[in-house]
Amino acid sequence: MSTPIIRIRNLRKSFGPLEVLRGIHLDVAPGEKLVIIGPSGSGKSTLLRCLNRLEIPDAGYVEIDGIPLDDSRINLDRIRAEVGMVFQRFNLFPHLTALENVALGPRLVRKLPRERAEAVAETLLRKVGLAEKLHSYPETLSGGQQQRVAIARALAMNPKIMLFDEVTSALDPELVWEVLEVMRQLAQEGMTMLIVTHEIRFGAEVGDRMIFMDAGRILEEGAPKEMLRSPQHPRTRAFLERLLG
Amino acid sequence: MLDRLIYLLGGLQLTLALLVCSLAVGIVWGLAIATMRLSPWRPLRLFAFLYVELIRGVPLLVLLLFLFFGLQGVVGRGVQVSAFWSAVAAFGLCYGAFIGEVFRAGIESVDPGQTEAARALGLSAWQTMRHVVLPQAVRNVLPALVNESVSLLKDTSLAAVIALPEVTQRGRLEVARTYETFEVWAMVAAIYLVLTLGLSSLARRLERGQKTVVHTDHSHPQPA
Ligand SMILES: Nc1ncnc2c1ncn2[C@@H]1O[C@H](COP(=O)(O)OP(=O)(O)O)[C@@H](O)[C@H]1O
Ligand SMILES: [Mg+2]
Repeated sequence: MSTPIIRIRNLRKSFGPLEVLRGIHLDVAPGEKLVIIGPSGSGKSTLLRCLNRLEIPDAGYVEIDGIPLDDSRINLDRIRAEVGMVFQRFNLFPHLTALENVALGPRLVRKLPRERAEAVAETLLRKVGLAEKLHSYPETLSGGQQQRVAIARALAMNPKIMLFDEVTSALDPELVWEVLEVMRQLAQEGMTMLIVTHEIRFGAEVGDRMIFMDAGRILEEGAPKEMLRSPQHPRTRAFLERLLG
Repeated sequence: MLDRLIYLLGGLQLTLALLVCSLAVGIVWGLAIATMRLSPWRPLRLFAFLYVELIRGVPLLVLLLFLFFGLQGVVGRGVQVSAFWSAVAAFGLCYGAFIGEVFRAGIESVDPGQTEAARALGLSAWQTMRHVVLPQAVRNVLPALVNESVSLLKDTSLAAVIALPEVTQRGRLEVARTYETFEVWAMVAAIYLVLTLGLSSLARRLERGQKTVVHTDHSHPQPA
């Protein structure tokens, strides 16, 4: 394995008495597609959120592209710019058009002039199939379209790593594929991706590696297809059986 | 009749000047109060909380009398305290507290997911406030802000007690001159009614087609 782009050592996080992450060790290689599965409440979102410091870990060490994730503002700014995140509930800015949503980060963080930022935004919105919707407000878009804008918004910062937190869970079933399609394309382009998902078949298809989380720990990891075919841990087996029916 | 209307409406300029100046002070001070109420620093939160409590516990009329006559007593006879600016100070300080609570509710009405998305993009705390939270908060509070303006407009009539010749004071003078109490006060009331109805219909128009609307009352706030 080449030098990892993400290095996580003994990561711990509690909310009050609730231990949500109980010592996570994980390396992710550049370009790797890591699929994270596990029951609700097992700490998957918290793990992702610790990687761009939306949550502050209680203990442990996180390093992203050689930069330690600590209290330093400079490191945090560099890391936030390298790590893009897409949320379950899209979280588009409702007072801005699709184009403005995508251009906001480049404008304010990268200090691009408005025209340049909007040119970048337009290119990305075309790429996710929304050339017709540049000037639409989020409320006029379908869930699938909104999520594709959210992906374009994260990509506009030109990140090295993309975090996807159950990005299709809030979508009507018939709109899921259009978002997965965009992610598939991104995977082919070599993006490093951490994907929390219940879309097991999609995970098995694009994932290089799959980890199963339960109660704040990584219980099992392996090649996705292998893991689906013959899960080792009884809890993984129970989880997959419940999910696949 | 027409002469009387023209005379009373002559006070309108002063009434509206009081409204606009006090509202400007109230909005700026209100933004400061809301910022303090939401500050991570406890002493600021506590100060803002106590301030809002204080304002809600003291009648505006008393605050006005205190600022005008009380201050006059302190600075001495030689210096003239401006009645207009005393009134603006009293109204501004008072409505700053009310409007501050409106702003705070507006900021809290914005989905925390908005802040997270902005921070994840790398926006600073200030950029997040300025470009993501405030634009949505302001949209949510506009109707409540207009309602505060309606209350303030009516409260400017208190300035009559320090003899500022706004609409109500002109009413008093007109009554003193003609003794036609019923006609004069009915006309004064009608003038205020027309103004407030205008403002309220503006509030309703702003409220239409809006998902999240912040409502406030003038009861006591939650502790800091
Ligand atoms: N900000 C928070 N405050 C308190 N508890 C939280 C917070 N965020 C998450 N939790 C709790 O931590 C646990 C793990 O949450 P999460 O990481 O979202 O799990 P998952 O994404 O695997 O469903 C859950 O029990 C959740 O209720
Ligand atoms: Mg989650």
